[in-house]
Amino acid sequence: MSVVLSSNEAATAVEEHSERKVLGLTPDGWLRILMPMLIGFLALGAWEWAVRAKEIPSYILPGPIEIGRTLLTDWGTLSGSLLITLQITFAALTVAAVLGLALAVLFAQSRIIELSLFPYAVILQVTPIVAIAPLIFIWVDDIRIALLICAWIVAFFPILSNTTLGLNSADHNLVDLFRLYRANRWQVLRYLRLPTAMPYFLAGLRISGGLALIGAIVAEFVAGTGGRASGLAYRILEAGYQLKIPRMFASLVLISVTGIAIFLALSLISHLALRHWHESAMKERK
Amino acid sequence: MDVGVGAPVVSLAGVTKRYANGTLAVRGVDMAIGQGDFVSLLGPSGCGKSTVLRMMAGLIPPSAGRIEMASGGHATGDVGFVFQEPTLAPWSNALKNVMLPLRLAGVPKPEAEARAAAALASVGLAGFEKSYPRALSGGMKMRVSIARALVTKPRLLLMDEPFAALDEITRHKLNNDLLTLWEAERFTAIFVTHSVFESVYLSRRIVVMAARPGRVVEDLSVDAPYPRGEVFRTSAAYAAHCRDISAALSRAMGE
Repeated sequence: MSVVLSSNEAATAVEEHSERKVLGLTPDGWLRILMPMLIGFLALGAWEWAVRAKEIPSYILPGPIEIGRTLLTDWGTLSGSLLITLQITFAALTVAAVLGLALAVLFAQSRIIELSLFPYAVILQVTPIVAIAPLIFIWVDDIRIALLICAWIVAFFPILSNTTLGLNSADHNLVDLFRLYRANRWQVLRYLRLPTAMPYFLAGLRISGGLALIGAIVAEFVAGTGGRASGLAYRILEAGYQLKIPRMFASLVLISVTGIAIFLALSLISHLALRHWHESAMKERK
Repeated sequence: MDVGVGAPVVSLAGVTKRYANGTLAVRGVDMAIGQGDFVSLLGPSGCGKSTVLRMMAGLIPPSAGRIEMASGGHATGDVGFVFQEPTLAPWSNALKNVMLPLRLAGVPKPEAEARAAAALASVGLAGFEKSYPRALSGGMKMRVSIARALVTKPRLLLMDEPFAALDEITRHKLNNDLLTLWEAERFTAIFVTHSVFESVYLSRRIVVMAARPGRVVEDLSVDAPYPRGEVFRTSAAYAAHCRDISAALSRAMGE
């Protein structure tokens, strides 16, 4: 006699059903892309029309076409600044992810360490970066390192707190199972706590991606008011002083596009990492 | 097929458990489970049957009394445990879930894979190695959980109401398959349940427990031969056993 699966049992298993697709996307997917684009074009059109009809001078409000033209003509200057801002943002995010994860693992290993250090992480988080940035610029000579530290302070906390929460969220029955099989500390971390913390870490990373950019921009502003040239925020300041309002807008566009790109990239990473098992990645497939 | 019961695999003497909050979960439990037996712990909720099981597994220590395992205590993988929920790692596929106990014991990956695949096949899940838990039905997840508990070839299999959340048809099928596995692999089975019918159908011996405080009130045997099947489930002997056990349970709850 051998054990065979009954059809009754197998029938309730979740089946992957494929929806009708148009050019690689579902109709709903297309709607999700096309509708916001339509609204965007309408708004830009209205803006351009208003600027032309009311004859608003470009040093008050430039139209979208002029902003686009500035983006092209000033690309030499702007792309250099964009590169600096991107470098600072990604370096800060990387350091925040590595240190946040490492510290969270340390916290999960020892309650004493968590209790003694966590309040200081909170203090670091609640102190406004604009207030500490000037000090950091005094202490650190290299402007890039100083910007990196500022952006890191802003980006670091969500990863630390989310990952700490995730590491402590392991299913208690699974914890018992690991105890039954005499798993050591390292095995519990490797096979249970880290996988459990993965969705939490990725959610933290998504928040931190945006925050790293904001931190970098804020720090650049502070550095810029001190007369030290750097990334996109400095270009905005500079263009403001020179009344080159279209260039201000062009910098602003680049910052927004960067923010959106970071969010989309991190969402994609999160989706790819969790698509096999986590509910958050499943809903997007519906 | 019927084989006699051997020397005790696990024995409890005067085992009492009082939790930190003062609740007296079980008091003065004496019990010896023979090698190769199929024993059900039956009782109402709160009678401490799960507590007894967890103490046998070594997951919680008794407050008083002694628990003795044959062959000098727990060796890793000597005891398998099936929880009420499937308790699978959602991030791993079925094969990797079943491999876990072997990986924790340091078994090399190729060997662990082969043994896990064999365990999955033995519970009827050949071909589902790459499926993730969320893609499996409740019954199939429980099968993976059983395969994981059996992959180390344990001498003792502890089960804590494993089929309570399944529908009736699936539960009957899994009961039959569990008996098939038990007869093939000759492990000692201890099965916690609150279902009279399930305990009579599966076990050779039924330990009835009562609540407040949790204690053993009756110890009965079900002397029907294996293999048991639908013929047994519809027999007069089965009905008579169910009546006796129900009466014992009523006495236990009425006390």
